[in-house]
Amino acid sequence: MSHNSSSPDFLHHHFHDVDQQYQTSKFGMWAFILTEVLTFGGLFVAYTVYRSWYPEMFYDAHLLLDVQKGMLNTIVLISSSLTMALAIWAIQKKNKKLSLWMLVITWVLALGFLGIKYLEYSHKFEVGQLPGIFYSYMGPEVVNIDNPHIFFGIYFIMTGLHGLHVAIGMGLIAWLIYLTKKDKLHSEYYTPMETVGIFWHLVDLIWIYLFPLFYLIG
Amino acid sequence: MSENQNINYLNHPKGIMSWLLTLDHKRIGLMYLFSGIIFFLIGGLLALGMRLELAAPGNDFVSNDTYNSMYTLHGAIMIFLFIIPAIPGALGNILLPLMVGAKDVAFPRLNLASFYIYSFGALFAIYTIVNGGVDTGWTFYTPYSTQSTSNVVPMTLGIFIIGFSSILTGLNFIATVHKMRVPGLTWYKLPLFVWALYGTSLVQITATPVLAITMVLLILERFLGIGIFDPALGGDPVLYQHFFWFYSHPAVYIMILPAFGIISEIIPVHSRKKVWGYKFIAYSTLSIAFIGFLVWGHHMFTSGQSVFSQIVFSFITYFVGIPTGVKIFSWILTMYKGQVSFTTPMIYALAFLFLFTIGGLTGIFLGAVALDIHLHDTYFVVAHFHYVMQGGTIIAFLAGLHHWWPKSFGKMYNQKIASLCALGVFIGFNGTFFPQFLLGLRGMPRRYATYSDQFSELHTYSTFWSTILGLSIFIAILNLMWSLRKSNKLDPGSNPWGALTMEWTHTSSPPHPHNFESDPVFTNGPYDYDKVIVEPTLKK
Repeated sequence: MSHNSSSPDFLHHHFHDVDQQYQTSKFGMWAFILTEVLTFGGLFVAYTVYRSWYPEMFYDAHLLLDVQKGMLNTIVLISSSLTMALAIWAIQKKNKKLSLWMLVITWVLALGFLGIKYLEYSHKFEVGQLPGIFYSYMGPEVVNIDNPHIFFGIYFIMTGLHGLHVAIGMGLIAWLIYLTKKDKLHSEYYTPMETVGIFWHLVDLIWIYLFPLFYLIG
Repeated sequence: MSENQNINYLNHPKGIMSWLLTLDHKRIGLMYLFSGIIFFLIGGLLALGMRLELAAPGNDFVSNDTYNSMYTLHGAIMIFLFIIPAIPGALGNILLPLMVGAKDVAFPRLNLASFYIYSFGALFAIYTIVNGGVDTGWTFYTPYSTQSTSNVVPMTLGIFIIGFSSILTGLNFIATVHKMRVPGLTWYKLPLFVWALYGTSLVQITATPVLAITMVLLILERFLGIGIFDPALGGDPVLYQHFFWFYSHPAVYIMILPAFGIISEIIPVHSRKKVWGYKFIAYSTLSIAFIGFLVWGHHMFTSGQSVFSQIVFSFITYFVGIPTGVKIFSWILTMYKGQVSFTTPMIYALAFLFLFTIGGLTGIFLGAVALDIHLHDTYFVVAHFHYVMQGGTIIAFLAGLHHWWPKSFGKMYNQKIASLCALGVFIGFNGTFFPQFLLGLRGMPRRYATYSDQFSELHTYSTFWSTILGLSIFIAILNLMWSLRKSNKLDPGSNPWGALTMEWTHTSSPPHPHNFESDPVFTNGPYDYDKVIVEPTLKK
């Protein structure tokens, strides 16, 4: 390899310089975000189709969701987006300690989000508000609803896929915590933190769409 | 060239692990190439098996169930395991960084990961084959695919997984084209193959996730009965078709755009003339990629759409013909007054022009609603599809393989045999598939193992020529493999066709492990045959 002795160790050999590497990584993440948008886009289409077919059912079924927990989760996730952004700001300002703290808080908030989601899911499992043929809830609110299992099918697939993204994000944030602690990330090189940050904001943004579409119909 | 002429990416570093864990785009490309060719042969054998069964009316060799499995596996393997991954994965991987003067793709580790994701998905496909096949057709239409007891889940899971490999390759290529170009190589100086890969990659990263989600919904429908595609549970099976074709129509362009790119490279080089209408070809690639997203409904003219949607989809479908026509005319005008030499790649390229034009024009037939109602699900569709996919994509793939073989391996194949095979492919292909247009017009439905006697003459004819086609492709590939012997070695500095793109002018054949021995300097446009004199090193 022919790069000069002054090139930093985080520069991969196939890039000319640090800036090219930084720009390429960020660009790659944005392209991935496009893929993610299309992934959820397919499900948003399914949602739109069935909501337009069964508007009353969607309204009635959404009353069975726990708006308070959904609201709380929205606040938790938006806060985690803020702490993620602060972590990047801190590392740019060479404040390793603050950056680490912010990453840890982001991770804990993500865990909190999944915890609240777990409470919601387990309640639905208990009463049988489940997708497809597993739907068994027969409470007084649903006697006049047609096909509520479709609502719950779409609800579980979309929030489940989103929850999977949160879990993957937690893994990535844990990796960032490790890298920052080992001084692999610093004010000269924080590309992984920035790209994971972009991903994390997308996860947040998707939830900001999911929340009103499922919990606040009407 | 320096004193290190013997070091190239094939012999340095050594050892099996240096291949399995390589981050070198050229080695990853070769791994894609060889796995792709293996699946091509499996898919091809299935096709020949089907033709054998169809040689005469009645169940002669296989049962109806086996036949159902054969055409499903043939389609799924050819499309999802060979064509979609192999051209971008093999030729794209090997050539793209070289063509833009980069040391590697933007994300080499992601590139290797994408190959292993592909291999992992391929395992599911192999499991499906061993475990008795799958009988739904490669489209996996509901409601049958949610009820069939064959291996729908392993196969769709395999396709789901391979989709991610496709997305990662596309993402890598887009970032490479945007950010890794050598200074001075502006967008309008990019080789057209790069434009084609760029358009392909855009479709890959935007359409494939929708297929992934469709496969997930199908699998969930089978396991959980979510009811989204099941009318008994308040769902709609036609929604599946919308989802499926929203991916799978653009996927047709994932398959054909790289082929256009290959032809755009080969024709100027072997005509020794500047490409005609560079910007037209570049932008027609992007417009095909874009229009491709708006025409999926033309697969569903008989599925119960509103008349209004039918008219709109039919109308937009015609628009695809415009950029495609622009390309065909540009290629023909490139050859006009050029010094056309009938080398093997050029013979394939000419065959492509002829066959793809037939395939494209019959697509206009099928885009017309009234005609499609008659032709839907007949052999006319089969013939059209194969004229586009085999006559187009696979012939372009063979053209590209023969064009860049000396670049990739530093070996030259026996050109006489190769050219004869190219002719055999062209003749065998027409003999196999032209009768199928007639069969379709006369009402022979697709996907049947048996047929009534009136069709037997054309079917027998088709089967006869399919053996010529199969044999020609087989010998062509054998001829390429045979060329890898030591005695066919080329001089590392050789540029057999006298091409001007950077992979030929700036590095040895086969290339250095880091692509270029020193940082390349961009000197001439890819098709500047009017300004630069470069002699082919190949002796006739």
